[in-house]
Amino acid sequence: MNFLLQLLNGLQIGSIYALIALGYTMVYGIALLINFAHGEVIMIGAYTAVFTIQLFLANTNLPYILAVIPTVIICTLIGMLIERLAYKPLRNSPRISNLITAIGVSLFLQNLMMKLFGAQSRSVPSILNAEPLNFFGAKISFTTLVTIVVTTILTILLQLFIKKTKYGKAMTATSEDYGAAALVGISVDKTLTMTFAIGSALAGVASILWVSSYPQAGPMMGSMLGIKAFTAAVVGGIGLIPGAVLGGLVLGIVEALTKAFISSKLSDAIVFGLLILVLLIKPSGLLGEDRKEKV
Amino acid sequence: MLKVSNLNIYYDHIHAVKDLSIEVEEGKIVCLIGANGAGKTTTLQSISGLLPIRSGEITFKDKSIIKSKPHLITHMGIAQVPEGRRIFTNLSVLDNLKLGSYAIKDSLQNKEKEIKRIYERFPILKERSNQRAGTLSGGEQQMLAIGRALMSRPKLLLLDEPSMGLSPIYVETIFEVIEDLIHEGVTILLVEQNANIALSISDYAYVLETGRIVKSGTSEDLMNDPDVKVAYLGA
Ligand SMILES: Nc1ncnc2c1ncn2[C@@H]1O[C@H](COP(=O)(O)OP(=O)(O)O)[C@@H](O)[C@H]1O
Ligand SMILES: [Mg+2]
Repeated sequence: MNFLLQLLNGLQIGSIYALIALGYTMVYGIALLINFAHGEVIMIGAYTAVFTIQLFLANTNLPYILAVIPTVIICTLIGMLIERLAYKPLRNSPRISNLITAIGVSLFLQNLMMKLFGAQSRSVPSILNAEPLNFFGAKISFTTLVTIVVTTILTILLQLFIKKTKYGKAMTATSEDYGAAALVGISVDKTLTMTFAIGSALAGVASILWVSSYPQAGPMMGSMLGIKAFTAAVVGGIGLIPGAVLGGLVLGIVEALTKAFISSKLSDAIVFGLLILVLLIKPSGLLGEDRKEKV
Repeated sequence: MLKVSNLNIYYDHIHAVKDLSIEVEEGKIVCLIGANGAGKTTTLQSISGLLPIRSGEITFKDKSIIKSKPHLITHMGIAQVPEGRRIFTNLSVLDNLKLGSYAIKDSLQNKEKEIKRIYERFPILKERSNQRAGTLSGGEQQMLAIGRALMSRPKLLLLDEPSMGLSPIYVETIFEVIEDLIHEGVTILLVEQNANIALSISDYAYVLETGRIVKSGTSEDLMNDPDVKVAYLGA
């Protein structure tokens, strides 16, 4: 039963990677930009959760999970602000400028938070308290269950939004051709802002789910989480929504199984090694089509 | 209806459009002919607000539009069928059409009615309604690009080389539609390398050479102009 338990652990952490990977992949799909500051949005989300709980919810009878509301709002606003201040002015610049800016924003936010709240991690009170559930003989924690269910629902909602709504279709159109989108009357600026907003809102949910299982918030927490989720997006096929989810889940499961059955010290090395292997065999990612560059 | 005066456009140091002035009267087909690289696409892109201009003025119904964003220009009633069609290949034919009226505040019924009219005009699009637009043939994609532009019910339609890369059968279909549109109250600015066909359906024409208008006149006159005949009509 240990295997099933580890599989569930993998699905849980993989779900969080998937939620974060969605943000990377949506932004890449529409702006061809790797938003390296995305991990820092998660970090700021985690701090928001800590402070909401410590300064407000702890003094009331309200459940701590309500911290999700300010966290999602703050993450969304931060994401939109990053787009507006850092990327929008560079819309027509070479891609290397965008990349450098992205790294700069990421470092800036890490250092800002370190300056404001110290380098030490802060611990987060337990958010989702409930008895573990029995799942085919394996004990599944309530947090694991919530994480998997929430990720599934959000992925389905996102997919419906993109495929069925006018705004979702405008996003697809914009990702294909800014000029043609503008010609039919789509505001490219608004569409980009919306994309960052959605990706960052998902990051907000991810940060709550993350601190529910790993109850710490620190200024550097976003970087490893960000790198892993970005890798997940690339492995699944960057720019593809289902790819981000698949990549996240694969990464989470491989990581959990490696930690449990091979070596917890080597797990990151093994995970990234395996991912490099995937990309060597299929450079466009698991779900990506190996098509020629568009002319 | 559309008046472009002393337009200058640069790509960095390349002076792509030089002191260009053209006028499109309501209810007319006006064409802009010229060789590859003459600056035709650049001109249309700037009218639609996709390219910044260095100097000059563009007015639509006597209002300056040079400061307007592309989606607002579409809203005002100028639609463009861009060079190379640029349909949204990952969306269905129907979704491409629906996006065509994105900027337009109109009732759902009216939009549906418009889709129906486009399907009557191009029955093949109706057959392919739920297909991914990228799977259409070149001619079908051109029809879709025109249909998409018509969805915003434009007063002025800009067409950038609609005949490019199409078999004669499709060229004929598409130019029949262009002529029909005039009777439905749509004014047309047509850009073509295929001068024969452009001059044969237009009322007035401008000849563009390396960014500069070198000749203009009624299409009939230009068709009989010895220089035009030699340079553009293969005579
Ligand atoms: N994006 C661009 N960057 C730099 N130069 C361009 C660009 N687009 C067009 N040009 C140049 O501007 C001139 C006019 O091009 P264009 O308007 O596309 O001509 P046409 O549509 O008549 O074939 C050409 O010399 C072309 O090389
Ligand atoms: Mg051209």
